[in-house]
Amino acid sequence: MAADHSETCLNDACLNDPYVAASPENLPFWQAAAKGSFLGKACADCGRFHWYPRAICPFCSSANTEWRPLSGQGQVYAVSTLRRVSTPYTVAYVQLAEGPVVLSNLVDMGDAQMAIGMAVRVVFRATPEGRMAPKFTGMA
Amino acid sequence: MSSKPGSAYICGAFEHPTRLAPDKSVAQLHAECALGALADAGLTLAEVDGYFCAGDVPGATPLVMADYLNLRLRWLDGSELGGCSYIALVEHAAAAIAAGKCSVALITLAGRPRSNGESVGVKPRALSVDRPEAAFDSASQWTIATMYGMAAQRHRHEFGTTPEQLAWVKVAASEHAQHNPNALLKKKVTVADVLASGVIADPLHKLDCCVITDGGGALVVTNEATARRLKRPLVKLLGSGETAYTNHGGQVDLTNTGAERSGQLAFAQAGVAPKDIQYASIYDNFTIMVILQLEGLGFCKKGQGGAFVADGNLISGRGQLPWNTDGGGLCNNHPQNRGGITKVVEAVRQLRGEAHPKVQVPDCRLALASGPGLVLGGGHAHATVILERV
Repeated sequence: MAADHSETCLNDACLNDPYVAASPENLPFWQAAAKGSFLGKACADCGRFHWYPRAICPFCSSANTEWRPLSGQGQVYAVSTLRRVSTPYTVAYVQLAEGPVVLSNLVDMGDAQMAIGMAVRVVFRATPEGRMAPKFTGMA
Repeated sequence: MSSKPGSAYICGAFEHPTRLAPDKSVAQLHAECALGALADAGLTLAEVDGYFCAGDVPGATPLVMADYLNLRLRWLDGSELGGCSYIALVEHAAAAIAAGKCSVALITLAGRPRSNGESVGVKPRALSVDRPEAAFDSASQWTIATMYGMAAQRHRHEFGTTPEQLAWVKVAASEHAQHNPNALLKKKVTVADVLASGVIADPLHKLDCCVITDGGGALVVTNEATARRLKRPLVKLLGSGETAYTNHGGQVDLTNTGAERSGQLAFAQAGVAPKDIQYASIYDNFTIMVILQLEGLGFCKKGQGGAFVADGNLISGRGQLPWNTDGGGLCNNHPQNRGGITKVVEAVRQLRGEAHPKVQVPDCRLALASGPGLVLGGGHAHATVILERV
């Protein structure tokens, strides 16, 4: 099954995405994202999740890192809406339930909901280059 | 401290008077800055044996300007640390001088983002695809303004820092800029003006953001023997520090900056404390960044930066800490979107007694210049120098 999925992704828009192509170490992340799954890298030695995903653990230097499913739950650490553009949008740092803080966007939320401390969950949205990127929205 | 880097002196300092230079090349601007700083020192290009530059230089290598200026070098340094590069390069120059690797170190910065029509604050930052975080971070279309906006929101959340307090930073810069004939924005503004200037990225208003200007600057750093031979006031590097402040594997903390570490290193080496500093140049790309650095450097306690800057406390002749008396990046100049060199230049002016009389700190003997490079949140460098008139 895994091999089949790789084949699919090789023929998929996600591999034409230059950002995906430049980092083979993170291909499993984008393959999972294309199916709506949110993965993170954790260290099998020290046990900690880090972000962005990398081959070497930034906390203990171990190369023994592995992909693990993330809950997709988090809360807003910081948020700012860019107003001086034709279509305003909201950038946020979201602290995942597993600990790391992720730079992303808040989507499909009203201004009043987009506050520090608000509980959010992951959703995926296509980027212009073709990969499915994690974004966050309200729990309701 | 045992690690005092011999003695290095800033003997030349120059800020290009232009703020709009569509008819000059970037290399020409670098060259004009170089000649300006050397003339200020009383030196010539033939005496330069060390050249220090950062990512703004054409070709992103010191070789291009070395060729343009026909320099005869024995030390080259092209460290790219963003806007604070030129503060860090003072430290690098001092280290090279202490090691006997060069004796006349030239540092230049130049660019023309204004002529190029750049609107860097609201344009998503293009990260090259080989950066390991690019696939993740670029998808958010973050801009510089949203990054500093988030820092301001977080600071307000944790410490209650208000938009009015942020605005006081701009008010102080404008109070000083009115006396600078070269400043891009010479008009005095009030807290109400800042709050009425329209939101760029919550909660930052247009006037919380620095200017975009063409131009540049240059510094000349030398050893004690050369400095004493020149007919300029002696400005000695007393202490310096630089660091990288990153996301630490996802442990983002937007209320802390590299100022704490670079400041501690500089103060420890100089053997002085924040209360001893008579004048401070602190990089002001956004008002919130000044507050964060005042806290990190130890001019006030963490969380109290908003209260510290309020009511004109940064205004020369009125407040406790005279700051950015040239008008800073918020009003005067932010050449090539990099504020480091102008911070050092104004500190040198203050120590020489060459600042505008309306903003000159009386008998200024101890000054600090400090700032970040690249982007808060995304990972930034930070550098601090402490300078003394001897």
